[in-house]
Amino acid sequence: MSEILSQIFQIGFFAALIRIATPLIFGTIGEMYAERAGVLNLGIEGMMMLTAMAGFSTTYFTHNLWLGVLAAMATGVLAGLLMGLLTVSLGLSQHVSGIGITLLCSGLSFFFYRLIFGQPASLPKIKPFHTVAIPVLSKIPIIGPIVFNQFALVYIALIFVPVSAWLLYSTPWGLNLRTVGENPKAAYSAGVSVSAYRYQGLIIAGALSGLAGAFLAMAQYNAYTFGVVSGRGWVCIALIVFGQWDPYKSAAGAFLFAFIDALQLRLQASGVIHVPYQVFLMMPFVFTIVGMALVSRNARVPAALLKPFRKEER
Amino acid sequence: MRHSRITRIVFVGLIAFMFIVGGAISKPTFAAEKKLKVAAVFETPIEEPWVHQIHVALLKAKKQLGIEYTWSESVKPADFDRVLREYAEKGYQLIMGDAFGAERITRRVAKAYPKIAFVFGSALGPAEPNFGVFDNWIQEAAYLSGMIAGKMTKTNKVGVVAGMAIPEINRLVNAFIAGAKDVNKKVKCKVSFIGSFFDPPKAKEAALAQIEDGVDVIYAERFGVIEAAKDKHILAISNMSDQSKLAPDTVITGPVWDMWPTVKYVVGLVKAGVFTAQDFGSFSYMSKGGCYLAPYHKWAKKLPPEVKQLVEKRKQEILAGTFRVKIDEATPKSDY
Repeated sequence: MSEILSQIFQIGFFAALIRIATPLIFGTIGEMYAERAGVLNLGIEGMMMLTAMAGFSTTYFTHNLWLGVLAAMATGVLAGLLMGLLTVSLGLSQHVSGIGITLLCSGLSFFFYRLIFGQPASLPKIKPFHTVAIPVLSKIPIIGPIVFNQFALVYIALIFVPVSAWLLYSTPWGLNLRTVGENPKAAYSAGVSVSAYRYQGLIIAGALSGLAGAFLAMAQYNAYTFGVVSGRGWVCIALIVFGQWDPYKSAAGAFLFAFIDALQLRLQASGVIHVPYQVFLMMPFVFTIVGMALVSRNARVPAALLKPFRKEER
Repeated sequence: MRHSRITRIVFVGLIAFMFIVGGAISKPTFAAEKKLKVAAVFETPIEEPWVHQIHVALLKAKKQLGIEYTWSESVKPADFDRVLREYAEKGYQLIMGDAFGAERITRRVAKAYPKIAFVFGSALGPAEPNFGVFDNWIQEAAYLSGMIAGKMTKTNKVGVVAGMAIPEINRLVNAFIAGAKDVNKKVKCKVSFIGSFFDPPKAKEAALAQIEDGVDVIYAERFGVIEAAKDKHILAISNMSDQSKLAPDTVITGPVWDMWPTVKYVVGLVKAGVFTAQDFGSFSYMSKGGCYLAPYHKWAKKLPPEVKQLVEKRKQEILAGTFRVKIDEATPKSDY
């Protein structure tokens, strides 16, 4: 057994863990901003698909990766604004609007793909992001090659976690955002614009889902295909509950999911444990559900989540 | 209300003009009526490797056999019934596609239109009078690819990253492994499934995990694996189509499924009015040209001559019918 463990827990394993966690961190942290402001963004799965398409196509034609990332974020922001229009301005059901956005965005992404690329004989590809070794730090034994020899977007994701915690807990903006998600009436009577903060939450959620989509189609893989997102957006929705709407805990959830996913890929291929491969494949999901069930018992859901805010209404 | 003479003349003239133009337009349509109308209904976008091969063959038929061809992609099983019936009602004489996700629905619609030929990818059998089936019976080419992998590995560790453990995939993976082991007794295999047909980032991670563990030739049953092999400078075997272009230095060759013999034969039958429900599976075999090894491209020079000879000899034996690749549809397992 110890032989298998030493075979599995190599540097490559931990590097893979961080790679797998990155899109989930982006998605989950983004979702956190929206939900902390009181809007459940079920559109995230479709937003990731559409932004992956937008980022990939932009890079395909401009050969500029960062321009692609910007395009992906801009597309995410637009989708976030649409979600805001439906749930904040019109006060519609957040569940229905979110699912609608996912259906719309995933449909649009294939539609635009056909419109732009037609029916290519072979899959259009781009030159993807390369890993960037950070000088000095990447020379540290063990930790260096694991953490400091990654894609640039990975560093952004890792930095985003403490930055989000600071924004949320240590700035007036964060206080207002949280108040809007807990007690919008109090925020409103204190002169805080509820709809402005909810829109801001959704804009950030959209931009971050853009980073997640860009990472999948432009760093981890180098093409846009259907299935490039494959339910990762839904995983983020679960992880935010697991993470109790907190940036650090959410990131920890993303790492746990990635840890088990990286582990199951290796256990499955090792041929030591003889169970049907489906058991391995479902391990990350089972752990997330079980973890969520255990952790979320003490979780405090933002009190105004799912509730549209109408001024003057009692 | 009285019309002036000019109005009347213009009116009559317009009607006459419409008839002439209408006649002129409809004439070629009558001529085109003789063209065989073929439709395809796919459950996935046409980029999916399996579906792509059917689509490509039908496009070739459009060019070479003078058929009319349209298709619908990403048709969810819930919509299959409606889309199939629409084509049937529009006078399409041959409808093709993949029925795996909508097996019962497709067969039910076929029953309702006995005069129309339905030919679908299916793991099950044909049904009289009009439901024919085909499948990717390309294990022979997968076996030959395995032989190359077995000869080219230096670590004696060969990997496979596949979609799901279904018969269509299992028989290719098993044939590949059998080929590798037949030429190199020391070969050990790793097999990973990603649990979906399309998740390139996951397939890539699965491949990277195998490569870390010493695999140096990998069979890329799904998209995403070749990229991992390229990044880590190991060798890869492609699947379904010639994918050398993705990484010419990485991809040696791979089994190619050619649906052209199937499509050509089926279109011929329907055109001649002698279509019957059959299993067209044998048209995907090597001897019929339904599968082959992808050209070596850059590897034509790099591959050792003795390996090429070995593969060529086995290929001739397969074509001559003196060697049969065993069809094994059990779920493949890792050796170590």
